[in-house]
Amino acid sequence: MKEMMIILVSAILVDNFVLSKFMGCCPFLGVSKKVGSAFGMSVAVTFVMLMATAVTYPIYMLLLEPNGLQYMQTIVFILVIALFVQLVEIILKRFVPSLYKALGVYLALITTNCAVLGVTLLNITNEYNFAQSMVNALGAGLGFMLAMMLFSGVRQKLETCNIPKAFQGVPVTLVAASIVSMTFVGFGGIVEGMFG
Amino acid sequence: MSYLTTFTKGIIKENPVLVMLLGMCPSLAMTSSVKNAVGMGLAATFVLLGSNVVISLLKNVIPKQVRLPSFIVIIAGFVTLIGFILQRYLPDLYAAMGVFLSLIVVNCIILARAEAFASKNNVAASALDALGMGLGFTLALTAISTVREILGAGTWLGLPVTKNFIEPMAFFVTPAGGFFVFGILVAVVNILTKYQISRKKLGCEGCKGGCAGCGASAQDQEKGETQE
Repeated sequence: MKEMMIILVSAILVDNFVLSKFMGCCPFLGVSKKVGSAFGMSVAVTFVMLMATAVTYPIYMLLLEPNGLQYMQTIVFILVIALFVQLVEIILKRFVPSLYKALGVYLALITTNCAVLGVTLLNITNEYNFAQSMVNALGAGLGFMLAMMLFSGVRQKLETCNIPKAFQGVPVTLVAASIVSMTFVGFGGIVEGMFG
Repeated sequence: MSYLTTFTKGIIKENPVLVMLLGMCPSLAMTSSVKNAVGMGLAATFVLLGSNVVISLLKNVIPKQVRLPSFIVIIAGFVTLIGFILQRYLPDLYAAMGVFLSLIVVNCIILARAEAFASKNNVAASALDALGMGLGFTLALTAISTVREILGAGTWLGLPVTKNFIEPMAFFVTPAGGFFVFGILVAVVNILTKYQISRKKLGCEGCKGGCAGCGASAQDQEKGETQE
């Protein structure tokens, strides 16, 4: 249990996927303009991360590893994720139209979100077992959500600022991301402090 | 477009990282040292070249409805290949790149070029386009990492530069420093391109449909160009 908590807390705060591993920068910078869409995107990402882990982990352990096909993981994982995102889209559209309406736009974006592929690959590299992988995926998703929500707040403040012309648009967003990322450096060592 | 402009446009005018703002993840993650940045740039160029050539050869065979998954499989194949090559010949770099080597698969630049260029042009033009874009990507990564390594570690490609007389500012090799340097460089390019970037929307929002859609938006730009 303690180990699970360590994985969860470090995935959310210390090794935040966006701010310290740079995975999922695309949606982080692109969809964080409004708090509402940032939230929708993060929920969709967390959901897909969990499901993708639940699907790819058994595939790796039961199919690829016993047959010595570890090198196929990149190809297999990306295909699984792409298929899976499509499937989720179809199922949601058919059975939970309200959720589909809320998440629909974001689901399509997720296939090429490197955080999803990243988390499935890292679970294998870090040699987590199934439960640990799921916890890591949950932590990664929640960490993504935290970063998105914080950053969308910062960006809404930026809207009203008087920004030098050269920095308008993308550059100031990146510099703001840098400051948000700096605050997360402060979480370094928190895991040892809490559980050590 | 002549072959020469096909090659040179990726280097400056349509630099994939600093002007088109594609492939942000590796541009931030792999630029804490020049060595890693060049390695990443060249690995991505290899994948880009391979996938552009193959996709351009297969452009009449792949049905339109399933083209994106097909492209991804081709790209993933080349990523696996470069993984083998690096593991065998440059194990240090392979270890340093870690999961980001696999993540070349979801690098928007490669899918965008496949969709916007290779699926419409002949093999020679696609290969030149891949080389130009790959070179532009490598140069942009080298520029970012040069700033970060000199300021953050006082070295360049591991050779001491300012290390002996200025205390290195470790901030620049941290993730926060990556965002910061990238932001400043984009601002500089913004001035040089007469504020083109200020008018541009960011990331997925700009390309309406995720990085797979980056292809679509790049496609529109491409159309505009050919009309010129």
